[in-house]
Amino acid sequence: MSILTVIMTVMFYSASAILLVGLGRKIYTYAKTPAPLKIPTTPAPVTQGGVVLRMASEVVLFNSLFKSNKWIWIFGWMFHMALFVVLARHLRYFTDPVWWWVEIIQPFGRYGAFAMLIGLLGLWARRIFVERIRYISAPSDHLMLALLLGITLTGIGMSFVSHTDIVAVKAFFMGLMRLDFQPFPADPILIAHITMVSLLMMVFPISKLLHAPGVFFSPTRNQVDNPREKRHLSPWAAELPNEPTKSS
Amino acid sequence: MADFEVPELKEHIEIPELQEGAMAHSQPFVSKEQWQQPLGYPGELVENWEQAALDKMGDLLGKYRSFQVFLDACVKCGACTDKCHYFLGTADPKNMPVARQDLLRKVYRRYFTFAGKYFPKLVGAVDLNKEVLDEWYSYFHQCSQCRRCSVFCPYGIDTAEISMAAREILDSVGVGQKYCNEIIHKAQTLGNNLGLPQPALKDTLLDLEEEVEEDIGVPVRYPLDEKGADVLLITPSADFFAEPHIDGLIGYGKVFHQLGISWTMSSFASEAANFGMFIGSYENMQRLALRIRKAALELGVKRIVFGECGHAWRVAYSFLNTLAGPFDFLDPNYPVPQHICEVTWDAIQKGQLKLDPSANDHLNVTFHDSCNVARGSRMGNEPGGQFKIPRAILKSVVNNYHDMPRETICESTFCCGGGGGLLTDDLMELRVKGALPRMEALKHVHDNYGVDHLVAICAICKSQFTKVMPYYGFEMDSILSLHQLVGDALVFDQHE
Repeated sequence: MSILTVIMTVMFYSASAILLVGLGRKIYTYAKTPAPLKIPTTPAPVTQGGVVLRMASEVVLFNSLFKSNKWIWIFGWMFHMALFVVLARHLRYFTDPVWWWVEIIQPFGRYGAFAMLIGLLGLWARRIFVERIRYISAPSDHLMLALLLGITLTGIGMSFVSHTDIVAVKAFFMGLMRLDFQPFPADPILIAHITMVSLLMMVFPISKLLHAPGVFFSPTRNQVDNPREKRHLSPWAAELPNEPTKSS
Repeated sequence: MADFEVPELKEHIEIPELQEGAMAHSQPFVSKEQWQQPLGYPGELVENWEQAALDKMGDLLGKYRSFQVFLDACVKCGACTDKCHYFLGTADPKNMPVARQDLLRKVYRRYFTFAGKYFPKLVGAVDLNKEVLDEWYSYFHQCSQCRRCSVFCPYGIDTAEISMAAREILDSVGVGQKYCNEIIHKAQTLGNNLGLPQPALKDTLLDLEEEVEEDIGVPVRYPLDEKGADVLLITPSADFFAEPHIDGLIGYGKVFHQLGISWTMSSFASEAANFGMFIGSYENMQRLALRIRKAALELGVKRIVFGECGHAWRVAYSFLNTLAGPFDFLDPNYPVPQHICEVTWDAIQKGQLKLDPSANDHLNVTFHDSCNVARGSRMGNEPGGQFKIPRAILKSVVNNYHDMPRETICESTFCCGGGGGLLTDDLMELRVKGALPRMEALKHVHDNYGVDHLVAICAICKSQFTKVMPYYGFEMDSILSLHQLVGDALVFDQHE
């Protein structure tokens, strides 16, 4: 194995491990931390089914963001939806034979990259030019956009400008999954692309990218509005003294 | 009349340019040992306060999923930046919800996250020091916990939750707020925020009965501590003496009288408000809530009804069952608790109240959705009943009604500027400036439809507007209680 193949193999394995373990730990923390009080932002659904719909409208349509600011919504929504399609398109590098629906979305994923690009540029422009958003931005907020932009641009580069050897790329990743290691193509754009993706996977569990699992655990969005009908009590609160006077 | 500049009312709500530090001087009076200690907090800043504060933060992270998720999930998208009434009124960037949260988040990151421990500059993490603590005290007392930001956040991050946690941390290291903690202590010992003892309460209510009978010739009762009554009414203690609150209390009595419901108030639980929520203290909030349970048991009532009070209704509707339930000793045919508006609207729908809206023809009104009712509770069976029911009642008792602009009412309502434990004279500048968006919306319907009165169902809103409206050129008595208008429109049966 070439040094490049070793490096890329180790890097991608590490990134995957960090992503899975880190995210798993965070999700476990969110799940086990109690929500002692009913705090849905009302009006809120009064049934569990209603909560599923509310959550779906948040993660699919970005409903609250839509209410808030149409510019952030259009750029943010465009970026995320395109990212989703582009990610799905990439499944062809990890499946053999390629699933039928992954075949179908290939052209959408190919051009979806441009929607990602426009979304990212729009969001970054707002972060730079809108005084309020500039004020709340830390260096990491800009770097995150730079990283995503780098991934998008190298991806577009390989798809539209300087084609990389995708047969070899697929062989490499299928090899990783089957522990049958194959050479990593020595294409600088590809190396940059995979390196940045690995970096993104590694920072995921320690950065604001936690908004992805976080939204599902947000009590203001995932609680049913039924406090009068059903008593809600968390374990630690159940142990408190049941007396109106202060216990010392 | 003010030693600060009162903002000018514009045609529409404008997003101001940032003025760094514009409200850095704003701080409420600090609590003293006499009020700290009974609530379970140290009387002054403890010696090892840095560690104590971080320990408390860790404790809260393990107890409140909201706190943990909200500190992690923010992506700094900016959706909330123009949503807070205190930001719109003061232009201080730290009053943007995300910036307010960041005051705490930057310390969370420094001590509780990998990125903040090893790359603090990169992610904007900072050490906890006295300067940071002072900033917390200042800016977490510039949040009225109205939840408007949480409506617009794509992850539902509620700055109120962060503010409550911050105040709990501050209290736990000995830096409490005098206004809230003194009041909680009074309510926990005397039964109400004002510290009115039973005899004073009794006298006040007897005077009220005389006054009402003199006024309308009907012997409406305002009973206290009467065992065996069906309904226990829990109402904010401001209803006992403040204007226009007391007119609301008169109205509840008239409704109960006309419906023939036997009811009572309790001197032991003579307070609907629960300032325990404002300081983020589950324990203190629970102690207050348990007084209501105890009163209901001792008086042997069948139902609990709450009077007009915003955050009180949030605590009652959303938390009472959790804090002081189960209420299986009450009549299962009624929700526990009920809002007085639910009682009134139910009766109107059943035709049990005869109303003559022309009695209020001298008024042209609009309705102010109180923040905690709007975004932290419900009335009736349908989501949004908290908007529909008060309006439906109001439209049954007045002929002249106009809503304020859509983006300033219902779930997007603007706080009065005095909620969340900020209704104190030492925060007058903040209160006046925070009322700006509501005043602009009111001016809009005033100029376009001739609206001259604002109707509310919250004791804090009523007190706040009475005080700040004159700064903006409105009469101090242009704020009214909803149940005053109900009472005035009520036509009494003659067969007493």
